[in-house]
Amino acid sequence: MRRLPMQTSALPAPHAMPRERISKSKESNETMTDKNEWPLFEVFIRSKQGLAHQHAGSLHAADAEMAIENARDVYTRRSEGQSIWVVPSTAITATSPDDKSVLFDPADTKVYRHPTFYDVPDEVECL
Amino acid sequence: MNETTRDVVELGQWFDAYVADEKKIEPKDWMPDAYRKTLVRQISQHAHSEVIGMQPEGNWITRAPTLRRKAGLLAKVQDEAGHGLYLYSAAETLGVSRGQMDDGLLSGKDKYSSIFNYPTPTWADIGAIGWLVDGAAITNQIPLCRCSYGPYARAMIRVCKEESFHQRQGYEIMLRLSHGTAEQKRMAQDALNRWWWPAVMMFGPSDKDSAHSAQSMAWRIKRVSNDDLRQRFVDMTVKQADYLGLTMPDPDLKWNEERGHYDIGEIDWSDFWKVVKGNGPCNRQRLAHRQKAHDDGEWVRDAALAHANKRVARATRDAA
Ligand SMILES: [Fe+2]
Ligand SMILES: [Fe+2]
Repeated sequence: MRRLPMQTSALPAPHAMPRERISKSKESNETMTDKNEWPLFEVFIRSKQGLAHQHAGSLHAADAEMAIENARDVYTRRSEGQSIWVVPSTAITATSPDDKSVLFDPADTKVYRHPTFYDVPDEVECL
Repeated sequence: MNETTRDVVELGQWFDAYVADEKKIEPKDWMPDAYRKTLVRQISQHAHSEVIGMQPEGNWITRAPTLRRKAGLLAKVQDEAGHGLYLYSAAETLGVSRGQMDDGLLSGKDKYSSIFNYPTPTWADIGAIGWLVDGAAITNQIPLCRCSYGPYARAMIRVCKEESFHQRQGYEIMLRLSHGTAEQKRMAQDALNRWWWPAVMMFGPSDKDSAHSAQSMAWRIKRVSNDDLRQRFVDMTVKQADYLGLTMPDPDLKWNEERGHYDIGEIDWSDFWKVVKGNGPCNRQRLAHRQKAHDDGEWVRDAALAHANKRVARATRDAA
């Protein structure tokens, strides 16, 4: 079996765990929804003009229109919003934690994508 | 040990080290079952407390002394509803449904903070709740903003931003009453007398008697011990009471030069456990009211869903 690193520094993300080991917990992770429960919506809010919408949280509503109304009351009681998006939670496709290392680790070694990788003389300005 | 057991043990050790390193856990990450269960229990209880907590204060919305007080109280109670919603959705990320949590509360299986089982017979109680109960809640919630579970920590950040208004509006009520007529001051003192000890007990049993504390601390769910949180609350509140010119209902309360903290008298935990076990002054009333609100709202929830489904069906038919 594969050894797992135990030291606290440079720990891999939990997602580095082989898939079959976490399958049991993964299943219980799927949010259950009762038959007559209002569907879940994710709420995104633009806090001010010029900024992107940001995930604020989630809420239940019978439909998207009600989700907007509820989001107004739940997430913008103190002028936190200028614009609201609601998306049915089931409509979101997300990366899996299990794929985190495959997807994102390769970027860690590509230091040449950052400006500090390149040596230029200090006395040359505007670089 | 068989292969599977060893895997779980190793994953558990790996997880402990991961959170000890102040790394955060997000909903789809692997986590020990006990961590998940602990969080579901704590977050749903916390949500239930926010929801039930609307009742003692809601009692005074229609009788607030001025329009200014009424607007403030209404906004405060509405915030508590919001806090309940943030927390329920944080718990839902762990795989428990809203319906299951509703059942947990209404069946009496789940607990909520015992503080909300005390009555609010006078307007001064509204001041005392905002000042002491929200004050204690803030003390408790600030460290939770650094909790290892991302969705819970994020909900707490949002909640803490809103709580400071709650505490200030409560203290302002106490200030006006304690600097008002002799009768108003007596009312303020009476409310302090009744709320002080229950507020002190909001932090739960002493660390040495607290069953889940050590594990929760190790998992970075709980960041500060019950006794340390209680001490923070006492130290901050005693000075605020002095300013009001009110007396804490504790003859043993005194500044301890050596410790640099206030010492308080013996806490009567028998009263706390009596209320936790369901025999406080308002336990039955609070649950009955919640059950009625839930039942009365059922046709609205059903109708809204039926309407939404009908609209989807119609749109699909028209498109065909
Ligand atoms: Fe709250
Ligand atoms: Fe509050």
